[in-house]
Amino acid sequence: MSRRLNLTLKVWRQEGPAANGHFEVYKANEIPDDASFLEMLDIVNEGLIAEGHTPIEFPHDCREGICGTCGVMINGRAHGQEKGTATCQLHMRKFNDGDTIVIEPWRAAAFPIVRDLVVDRSPLDKIVEAGGYISAPTGTAPDANEIPIPKEVADSAMDAAACIGCAACVAACPNSAAQLFTSAKIWHLNSLPQGQAERYRRTEAMVETMEEFFGSCTNHGECSEACPKEISQDFIAYMNRDYIKSKVVNRRLAGQR
Amino acid sequence: MTTQTVLNSKVPEGAIADKWDNHKFDIKLVNPANKRKFKVLVVGSGLAGASAAATLGELGYNVEVFTFHDTPRRAHSIAAQGGINAAKNYRNDGDSIYRLFYDTVKGGDYRSREANVYRLAQVSVDIIDQMAAQGVPFAREYGGLLDNRSFGGAQVSRTFYARGQTGQQLLLGAYQQMMRQVHLGKVKIHTRSEMLDLVVKDGRAVGIVCRNLVTGDISSHSGHAVVLATGGYGNVFYLSTNAMASNVTAAWRAHRKGAFFANPCYTQIHPTCIPASDEFQSKLTLMSESLRNDGRIWVPRGHDDARGAADIPEGERYYYLEEKYPSFGNLVPRDVASRNAKTVVDQGLGVGPLKNGVFLDFSDAVARDGKDKIEERYGNLFQMYERITGEDPYSVPMRIYPATHYTMGGVWVDYNLMTTIPGCFATGEANFSDHGANRLGASALMQGLADGYFVLPYTIGDYLAPMLGEDPVSVDDPAFIQTEADAQGQIQRFLSTGGTRSPEHFHRELGKLVWDYIGMEREKNGLEKAISEISALREEFWADVRVLGNNESLNSSLEKAGRVADFFELGELMARDALDREESCGGHFRAEHQTPEGEAKRDDENFSHVSAWEWKGQDSPQVKNVEELTFEEVQLTQRSYK
Ligand SMILES: Cc1cc2nc3c(=O)[nH]c(=O)nc-3n(C[C@H](O)[C@H](O)[C@H](O)COP(=O)(O)OP(=O)(O)OC[C@H]3O[C@@H](n4cnc5c(N)ncnc54)[C@H](O)[C@@H]3O)c2cc1C
Ligand code: FES
Repeated sequence: MSRRLNLTLKVWRQEGPAANGHFEVYKANEIPDDASFLEMLDIVNEGLIAEGHTPIEFPHDCREGICGTCGVMINGRAHGQEKGTATCQLHMRKFNDGDTIVIEPWRAAAFPIVRDLVVDRSPLDKIVEAGGYISAPTGTAPDANEIPIPKEVADSAMDAAACIGCAACVAACPNSAAQLFTSAKIWHLNSLPQGQAERYRRTEAMVETMEEFFGSCTNHGECSEACPKEISQDFIAYMNRDYIKSKVVNRRLAGQR
Repeated sequence: MTTQTVLNSKVPEGAIADKWDNHKFDIKLVNPANKRKFKVLVVGSGLAGASAAATLGELGYNVEVFTFHDTPRRAHSIAAQGGINAAKNYRNDGDSIYRLFYDTVKGGDYRSREANVYRLAQVSVDIIDQMAAQGVPFAREYGGLLDNRSFGGAQVSRTFYARGQTGQQLLLGAYQQMMRQVHLGKVKIHTRSEMLDLVVKDGRAVGIVCRNLVTGDISSHSGHAVVLATGGYGNVFYLSTNAMASNVTAAWRAHRKGAFFANPCYTQIHPTCIPASDEFQSKLTLMSESLRNDGRIWVPRGHDDARGAADIPEGERYYYLEEKYPSFGNLVPRDVASRNAKTVVDQGLGVGPLKNGVFLDFSDAVARDGKDKIEERYGNLFQMYERITGEDPYSVPMRIYPATHYTMGGVWVDYNLMTTIPGCFATGEANFSDHGANRLGASALMQGLADGYFVLPYTIGDYLAPMLGEDPVSVDDPAFIQTEADAQGQIQRFLSTGGTRSPEHFHRELGKLVWDYIGMEREKNGLEKAISEISALREEFWADVRVLGNNESLNSSLEKAGRVADFFELGELMARDALDREESCGGHFRAEHQTPEGEAKRDDENFSHVSAWEWKGQDSPQVKNVEELTFEEVQLTQRSYK
């Protein structure tokens, strides 16, 4: 039989992007500790609906740590205190009876609040749109084994590609910078042989699009700490190196046109 | 029940190996300069939708993509773990296009269309090339070549993977390719935009009506063709491995507008999921089938064995799959593995606090290959398991139980992937196409990408070519205005019902009925009960649902109410389809029809067909149409994995 917890929640409620928000206090009683954090919110919402109050909107979908939809600040930390864990993977057994839990949306100028705990993260798509791809139109590919890729290279690309786009990195950063997200995508593609042709164009375009929306990185390292996939900050250094180089390379290529 | 039309699948003539090539040559083409005169609406941005949108954009069509997600990259394809099949024969273990074709037809228990399956196997090899070129970081060996693993229902190693995140990496590949077309201005994306209905004029699909989930605005979108790539309907069971928002609305609305719905009773229960723990359970989590490569499934031989797994001696463990199926062992197909788990749990041999699971044990693999190797193969799955259960699978066996995972049934399509509504196409899990009565592991990703990259972009031209010069129907046309009004009407009805129970409550209750009566094992009485109980619950839903909030801002209860309404109708049709199909095949197991060993017993004489249901209005039951299945290549046998 699982433990039951009685909790106090302080939840950010905001009706829309233009409305003023405020904290609302709720009692969450008899929460089974086998429940996930989001199932705890489900239980609270069912209670609210039963009493005739509009339920709390919170972001979620896969509930298994892969889609990147979920993400709230839990007691001031993006995705809560457990390392390498998305909000949806957090379980109530990590909390204690009597705890007060403060739940807020991601806070970043680039992410307007849609409602309650849900924010608009669409600027991340803009960064990808600017160059986060390898141009390989359908039907043009050579045999997949024609270009062998050393295992270490593929593994490192995969480490970067594991990003789920939840934006906890932005939420955790004191400057609301998106360097970890951007560099993970850049390193995934720049490190592979297939990604070389567009390497410097990609880097320049993605970094500059990022800068249109987000703050700048001052190496706090909060991003990697908060990342549910524990993406390494090293990728930011690789991105910066490629970005500097891109200025030279792209100018030279432009000159040759 | 009267059977109406016999459907024409438009399978091309010729030898099976030549059909697709001949067809590509025979169908009408739209010349490159004219493609820009056509607009195609793609609903869904999963593997099937994103790959189609990207490719159509590359070809020159104007594409608009709709997804209810906040970004296309969140489509449920992202959650696929284990891998994607392709007949590359990189292992030199005797794989071939023909073998993949054969395995898929057999795995589907001889209820799929041969020509489609063969085409799928043919293009599977191109998918891997395509995805590698896009930079998908597939697992590699030290020599730099691609690695493979084995999946259920096959005796060759043909599954490509990217750690335990294959779906994520493939989806990001397709998404990125689509974003490139956005950058080039060929694809436009509408996020947080839910299709509420299909617009049909003079018998053709001419557009869709959507709701903006943030503002509540209802809008019409018109195009020359509509592609539904909206995923499967597993969430009709409430508890499933699908994401919370996955739903049947787009497909169902098309069904109500004339698209036949095929084989709704073919649903797949995946053998390896984490068992449910309580009423509050909101979804179930899959533990990839790839784990069956290294994990051994067992239960204690004795009832109520309270010892820890490690304390149960070898001789008292019942490795039931290995004992019953020596040649496939733990790698039997999903339906077989699931039913066997149910059998041992029903016999009272289940493990865990609720005795609702079986062990999946890695201790032999860890001893053989070392913890590091196992971590490299399955690290993220083990971590996921630990997060959910609080148990460490490196030291104690996982507990698993079957859960709803995939739906083989779906919108009926012909060889061109066109539904029975001209101009409306369906791809990926949303259609019924290639998996018959049971899908083999690692074949859904293959099918979604095959449809989107290599099939639809050709076949859609055959429909569009004769329309050259025609403008899309105006959104001011009465067909659009009426559809918008209907959508508005439903929303207002939900908001003004003022009942007492939440949409979530009704969904959970519906799910229980569907699981109990139309789950792993079905029988006549239960199915008849399902029909009457679902319809009674549906009436309560319409009279007593409580949707708070308004239409003008994000309102997930309101979204949910619309989705649950469609699940009710679907659930009832599933029961009727299951009742009608007096045989067992693949995922459809009728207790009345089994062999003496308890295996599914088909009736090829009477049921070697696709049941395609036709909507006849709110007040009359759907009517069954059939597509006869003929097998020219593969001989029908009783499946055996012994
Ligand atoms: C946990 C899990 C693991 C899996 N692992 C594997 C595996 O290892 N190998 C394998 O081959 N298969 C696997 N599968 C199956 C496979 O992932 C799916 O069948 C496949 O990805 C479905 O892709 P799709 O493009 O058809 O649909 P989805 O990826 O579900 O995409 C549906 C899209 O449609 C949109 N949509 C739906 N309805 C509407 C609407 N009304 N309006 C607007 N947009 C709408 C959604 O927003 C989304 O973009 C797995 C499935 C699950 C659940
Ligand atoms: S809900 Fe998908 S990552 Fe949390």
